[in-house]
Amino acid sequence: MSDAPTSQTASSSAAEARIADAAHTGPMLAADGTLLKKSLNRALRLQKIRALALIAPLLIFVLVTFIAPIADMLFRSVENEIVSETLPKTTAMLTEWDAKGTDIPEEAVFEALYDDLFFAKEAKLHTRLGSRLNYELTGVSSLFRKSGRKVDDMGEVYQDQFEDLDGFWKTAENWNSFMASDAWVTSMDGWKKANGAQPAFVMRDGVAEALPETAKAYSRFAAFTQNVDEKNLYTTDPWAIIYSSLHKDLTGENGLANYTGPAAEQLTAAATAAVSFEVLNYSEAFEKIDKDWHTIDVWQTIKVYSPKFTDGYFLNAIDMQKSVDGAEMRPENQQIYGILFWRTMVMSVAITLSCIMLGYPVAWILANLPARQANLLLILVLLPFWTSLLVRTSAWKVMLQQQGVINDTLVWLGIVATDDRLALINNQTGTIIAMTHILLPFMILPLYSVMQTIQPTYLRAAKSLGATNWTAFWRVYFPQSIPGIGAGSILVFILAIGYYITPEIVGGTSGTFISNRIAYHISSSLNWGLGAALGAILLAAVLLLYYAYDKIVGIDNVKLG
Amino acid sequence: MNLTKTLMASTALTVAAGMAHSDAHMANEMTIVSWGGAYSASQQNAYHTPYSEMTGVKIINDESSAEAVSKLRAMNEAGNVTWDVVDVVAADALRLCDEGLAMEIDPDTMLADAPDGTKASEDFGDLLVGDCFIPQIVYSTTVGYRTDLVGDTPPTSICALFDTDAYPGKRSLEKRPIGNMEWALICDGVAKEDVYNVLETTEGQQKALDKLDTIKGDVIWWSAGADTPQLLADGEIIMGSTYNGRLFSLIEEQKQPVGMLWDAQVFDLDGWIIPTGLSDERKARALDYIMFATDTQRLADQAKYISYGPARKSSAPLVSKHAELGIDMAQHMPTDPENAKNTFLYNYEFWADYRDDIDAKFQAWLVK
Repeated sequence: MSDAPTSQTASSSAAEARIADAAHTGPMLAADGTLLKKSLNRALRLQKIRALALIAPLLIFVLVTFIAPIADMLFRSVENEIVSETLPKTTAMLTEWDAKGTDIPEEAVFEALYDDLFFAKEAKLHTRLGSRLNYELTGVSSLFRKSGRKVDDMGEVYQDQFEDLDGFWKTAENWNSFMASDAWVTSMDGWKKANGAQPAFVMRDGVAEALPETAKAYSRFAAFTQNVDEKNLYTTDPWAIIYSSLHKDLTGENGLANYTGPAAEQLTAAATAAVSFEVLNYSEAFEKIDKDWHTIDVWQTIKVYSPKFTDGYFLNAIDMQKSVDGAEMRPENQQIYGILFWRTMVMSVAITLSCIMLGYPVAWILANLPARQANLLLILVLLPFWTSLLVRTSAWKVMLQQQGVINDTLVWLGIVATDDRLALINNQTGTIIAMTHILLPFMILPLYSVMQTIQPTYLRAAKSLGATNWTAFWRVYFPQSIPGIGAGSILVFILAIGYYITPEIVGGTSGTFISNRIAYHISSSLNWGLGAALGAILLAAVLLLYYAYDKIVGIDNVKLG
Repeated sequence: MNLTKTLMASTALTVAAGMAHSDAHMANEMTIVSWGGAYSASQQNAYHTPYSEMTGVKIINDESSAEAVSKLRAMNEAGNVTWDVVDVVAADALRLCDEGLAMEIDPDTMLADAPDGTKASEDFGDLLVGDCFIPQIVYSTTVGYRTDLVGDTPPTSICALFDTDAYPGKRSLEKRPIGNMEWALICDGVAKEDVYNVLETTEGQQKALDKLDTIKGDVIWWSAGADTPQLLADGEIIMGSTYNGRLFSLIEEQKQPVGMLWDAQVFDLDGWIIPTGLSDERKARALDYIMFATDTQRLADQAKYISYGPARKSSAPLVSKHAELGIDMAQHMPTDPENAKNTFLYNYEFWADYRDDIDAKFQAWLVK
C-alpha cells in the first residue's frame, strides 16, 4: 500500500519538473505558475492526508476501543478522588490533625463530618465511600452505612428546638417566604410537575449576608431537591442540617443587625432564644452512633487516603500497605501477590518451554511434507481454535482427574496402583498440561512459516561437506529456525501470563495465576483500583521482558513468516 | 461509486434498524438477567411466560448474573444501562445498593400484598435484607456425599467434612471464605450463635483457617456451582458442598448414588434488583414485572421447577408437585421445617464488612 502513492508522487513530480524545465524562467514553476516546491509540497501533503484518511477509521477504532479503555483502567490504580469529594470539609480539617498522635480529632472535625455526611447521605454517596475505605480498614463499610442512617436524627436536636420555639419554623412555605426571592415565589405559584421544568431557586438579596451558613446549606438543599429529587421545593420541608446551620449563625457571627427583610421578627426572637438552646456535641453524637468513630484507626485511614491520588493500590499490589508512618509490609498471613507474580512468571516460562518441545517437531514435519498433506495436518493444528475454550478445558478435566481417562488407562495397564492414582489436575501439572495444549498452535504456526523458508539445500550442502545429521541440524538448520522460536515464545508467553479461565478450572490452588486475582478484584470485590494496579504491574513486567528480549536476542530476529 | 452507494445505503439501513430496535425496546421489550441453566428455565416457566402472555411484553434473557455487579458498574459509568431487572444473591444486592447501582425498593408500595392482605414487608419478613433487594428464593449451601463410598455409617453432621479418619477421600469446598469459615468454627467447637463474634477477631479467623488446614490436602476447591455435582457423579470426591437445588437434580433427576445433609446448611437468598439509571418508562415496566413476579402464587409456582424455597411465608402452603417428576416438592425445600431444623443463617452485614479482609487472608492461606 505504501508503494503506490510514492511511485505516483515520483511520476507526477517528474512531470511537473519537465513542465517547469520547459518554461526556463528563474525559479522552477509548475504548470499553473506557482512555485514548483510549493505545489510539490501541496501534492505530498494531499497524499499524506489521503493516506491518513484511509487508516483513520482503524486508528480511531483502536484508540477508542482499545487504548482509551486501557488508559482509563490503569488510571484507576492511582485515582482516589472519592474521599475528598465525599468528605470535602472533613478532609480539609484533617490536614491540621496530628495522625501520629494518640488523640482523635477535635469537635470541629466531627462537625465538618456531620456536614459532609449529611449531604453525602442525601446523594447516597456515603455507602460508596464506605466500600472504598473498607478495602483499607475492615468495618468502615458498615460504619458509614449505619452513620448515614442515623445522621438525620442528629440535627433534629436543633430542628425540634426551633419548632418548639415558634411554629413558624415548621413549614417549607415559611422558610421560602424569607429565603427565596419574591420573583421565585411568584413563579412557583401554581407550578406542577406537568408544567415542565421547575423554576430554579433564587435566593433573596441580603440573606447570604445575614445568615451565611444557613444560606449555604439552603442553596445546596434547594439544588438537590429541584435537580436530583425533582420535588417541588416550595412545599418541601427543609433538612435538619439547615436548622443546625441556623443555630450556628444565630449564636455566632451573623449580619442580622442589617437585615430588614421578611421574618426579621422571628429571626430576632430566635436569635435571643438560641443562646440558651441545648447544644449538640457532634463528637459524642457520632460516638453514640458507633464507638468506632472514637477509634484512631478510622481517622488515620481517612487522613491517609485523603489526597486525590494515592500509591495505596500499588503498595497493596506488592503486599505492602499504606499507614501514617508510610509504607510497610503486610503481615505475613496476608502476603499473596508476590508469590502469585513469581508463580505466574515461572509457570508461563514452563508452558512456553513445553510448547517449544512439542511444537518444534510438529512444525518440522509440517514444513517438510508435501503441500497437500501439510495443509491437511495444518487443519488439525488449527482445529482446537474452532472449539470453545471452556469445552477444551473441561475435556481436560475428564482426561486428567483421578477417576479420569488417563488414570483409568494407567491402572488398567498396571502402571499405577488403583489407590495410588496420579494427581494430574487441580495443581500446577494440570495448568501446564491444559495451557500447553491450548497455546500450542501459537507456537507451531510461526515455527512452521519460518521453517518453510529454510532452503533444504543448506542441509544437503552441510551433509555433503561431511556433517553428521545432528551437526547439520544443530549448526545449520536450528539457527535458521530461531526467529520462529522467538516469535512463538513471545506469543505464547504473553498469552500465558494473562490467562485466567483455564488456571481457574484446572489449577486448583497451586496452579492459579495473578490474573485470577485480577479477575476477582474486577468482577467480585469491585476493588478496581487494586485490580488496575496489579494489571499495571503485569503490563510493566511484560514490557520489561520484551525489552530484555530485544537486548539479548534482538527483536529483528523475530519472524512470523 | 457503486460500492460507496451500497455501503452508504447499508449503513443507513443498519442505523435505521438500530433506531427502530431501540424504539421497540421502549415499547414492549425488557432484558432480564439471571443465572442460566435450570434456574433460568424455572423463572421462564413461572414468571416470564405468564407475564409475556398477560402484557405482550417481550422478555430477553441474559445469563450474566455471575458478573452482574461488575457489569452493572461498568454500564452505569458508561451511562448506558441495558438491563431492566437483574437476579443476584443478597450479598451482591447489598453491594450494588451501597454503590448506588440498584434502586431502593419500598416493599409495601412496590410489591404485591399476600392474598390475605398481609403487607409485603411482613410477608417477606427478615428476608428483606438491604434497601434494594427483593427476595425471590431461599437456597442452601449444603453437603452431598456418595452413598456408595461412605461405608455403613453415612454422615449426619457437617463435621464429617473435617473427619478424614471416618470418611477418607477428597472433598470439595467453595473457593471462598464465606461458609467454609463458619463450618470450620462450628466443627472446632464454637457454638452456632457465637460464630460471627469469634470470626470478628484475628484469632478467630486464624482458628478457622487452622481447622481448614487439617483437611487442606484433601480439598478440591470449586468456583462454579456445577463442579461438585460433576465431581460427585464421577466419584472423584466422597463429599462436597454445593447448592441444594443442584443436589436435588443429581439425586432425583439423574438418579446418582448421592445423599445430602441438612445440617448447618448455610441459608442464603437470591432475588431481584432494579438498576438505577433507567428511563421512567423502563423503570415503570420493571416495577410492574417485579410486582407480578414476586406475588404469592408466582413464587410458589417456581418451586414446581426447582427445589428452592419461595421467599414469602404465604407461598409455602401453595408449593405443589414437581412439574415433570411429580414428586411432592415441599419436603425438598430448604424452608421445610424438617430440613430447617439446624440451619445456619448467613450474616450479610458481617460479610459486607469482613469480606475483603478475610478473603485476603483466606487466599493467602490457599496459596501457601
